Amino acid sequence: MAALLLLQDICKSYYLGEEEQPVLRNINLTVAAGEFLAVLGPSGSGKTTLMNIIGCLDVPTCGHYVLDGISVDTLNEKEMAKVRNRKIGFVFQNFQLLPRLTALGNVELPLVYSGLKTVERRARATAVLEQVGLGEKLRSYPNQLSGGQQQRVAIARAMVTNPAIILADEPTGALDQTTGQQIMELFGELNQAGSTIIMITHNREVAKVAGRTVRILDGELIEGGEARARRNYRYVRRQYRP
Amino acid sequence: MLGEIIGMSVANIVHNKTRSLLTILGIVIGVASIIALMLIGEGAAGNISSQLSGLGGNKLTVQISGTPIKRTLFEPDLRAIAEKPDVVAVSPATSSRAAVVYGSSRRNNVLIAGRSYSLFDSGQQTVASGRGLMPLDVEGRSRVAVLGSSLATALFGNRSPEGDEIIIAGQRFVVIGVLQEASGFAIGSLNNSVVVPYNVSERVVPNTRVSSLDVFFAEGADVTTVQADTEAALLQIFDGRDSAFAITNQQEILDIVQSITGTLTAMLAGIAAISLLVGGIGIMNMMLVSVTERTNEIGLRKALGAEPMQIMIQFLIESVILCLLGGFVGILLGGALAYLGAVLIGFPFVITAGPVLLAVGFSVTVGLVFGLAPARKASRLNPIDALRYV
Ligand SMILES: Nc1ncnc2c1ncn2[C@@H]1O[C@H](COP(=O)(O)OP(=O)(O)O)[C@@H](O)[C@H]1O
Ligand SMILES: [Mg+2]
Repeated sequence: MAALLLLQDICKSYYLGEEEQPVLRNINLTVAAGEFLAVLGPSGSGKTTLMNIIGCLDVPTCGHYVLDGISVDTLNEKEMAKVRNRKIGFVFQNFQLLPRLTALGNVELPLVYSGLKTVERRARATAVLEQVGLGEKLRSYPNQLSGGQQQRVAIARAMVTNPAIILADEPTGALDQTTGQQIMELFGELNQAGSTIIMITHNREVAKVAGRTVRILDGELIEGGEARARRNYRYVRRQYRP
Repeated sequence: MLGEIIGMSVANIVHNKTRSLLTILGIVIGVASIIALMLIGEGAAGNISSQLSGLGGNKLTVQISGTPIKRTLFEPDLRAIAEKPDVVAVSPATSSRAAVVYGSSRRNNVLIAGRSYSLFDSGQQTVASGRGLMPLDVEGRSRVAVLGSSLATALFGNRSPEGDEIIIAGQRFVVIGVLQEASGFAIGSLNNSVVVPYNVSERVVPNTRVSSLDVFFAEGADVTTVQADTEAALLQIFDGRDSAFAITNQQEILDIVQSITGTLTAMLAGIAAISLLVGGIGIMNMMLVSVTERTNEIGLRKALGAEPMQIMIQFLIESVILCLLGGFVGILLGGALAYLGAVLIGFPFVITAGPVLLAVGFSVTVGLVFGLAPARKASRLNPIDALRYV
């Protein structure tokens, strides 16, 4: 059983002038298909930076990253765009919907870049929106939807390409508690249905929904490390034993 | 894919209506001037060459200033020129002014145009009703008159004037026809004048003489030979004084006209080029602003899988659509200007595919050239920075 996602000795530094600022140090992480992983850590610990690397939006300073059998380090910009389009679904804290497109238009957007025909695109986007409970809101614009509904549209957009992983960066950060709870339940359902989810959060309560949690502090996976990675590997093996 | 991108571009342009309109103004002006100048140029060129060609396509124009001894030309002189090889017709012209009276209607200072039957024979002029001058009218020095259309209306109203008598410079004339109306302010229009046999006008109005002569020659004849023959005949008529006349052939006139229109065209083309340049810079500016404003959108599209080339194409298409919009408005505006010019100056208004295609081509080119830098900027945005930009 190969891991769906494999981070090996990943580090990332920013440079402020001459001074090197390490943001991620020596990250080792394995995620198997079907897992729901929460990455928990305080603000400024490097969670978003890690997600950007996992999401192929950013490249690490050192280390190796293999996603669904693809060695991402070696890809050029165009190939990275293809990987983002086919393999990854993003859910952002601030929804990131395009205000001038309807819910349907927003969900169709990734499929536009996949080069799908209009009819097929519309059918798939409609189906996913119905799945997240927005079958009645296909023609609504983001400003006509509540925060929770907007985040559902964003989740539908992340799912529509049937990606290998859904990456969510603090998806409940901008929502009230009840709505946040409902969104977490939706993520739980998606995971039950087979989606692999990596969720970033600084909220322990939120992390409880996930099947597995890793902590990040000052750019280091503290409950991970070598020992944790081995345990993870056993966990993965156990899950996927036929 | 392309359909979506075009749809999104149009939506963006519509969303920023005012800004888009102001931005395309330069393109509108540039394209309008290209269209106007090309359409007017084509109309004018067509008009001038059709005016110059006449029937059979070939003619010489002779200005007669005469000598103190011989001030005008007579029938034998005209016959001498007409008998030269290849000469088809000789058409003299006098012009003088006199009062024209019909009953109680009177028009002062009317242009009395003395002509020969060849004016009508050659097809240069046709009649709306009645008949034109015939050889017998000229040979018999008949007191007959063909009225210009405006003059006919001024004197006779709606009644048919043929057969009625009018008084020109105190002499009785019989109206035999009315000229076909010439359009607008066409140069040399006879709308307000009266045509009589040239040799009659010389007798009736004091100080009238043949001041110019059209010499028509056969199709395919050699211009220089005919011109030399005509010159020889005229030298004989005027006793060797070459200052008594000046011959111009069509080609010379055409050359002069073309050099004038060429200069005008170059000037207008310069104006068009400058406004297209300014318009293009305007487009570039707006597109750069648009890229900055939509940094977040660009980052999101990249996160969702847009390749740099696809982002670039999106912004290029938007810039081209803006320019095409400007081009389209410019074509309408330029067409309207050309139409106005055609009506005022009296050129025929013809709209041809050439200028329209050229304008469309210019618009697309400006859009591509000036949209390139903003589109590249957009395509190179780092998605993380772009997404953070909220
Ligand atoms: N582009 C950047 N340049 C310099 N420093 C950065 C940049 N992006 C993030 N950082 C720094 O990296 C650290 C981790 O940031 P981030 O991954 O956003 O944390 P989190 O998402 O856990 O709050 C922070 O100290 C932040 O200031
Ligand atoms: Mg963060």
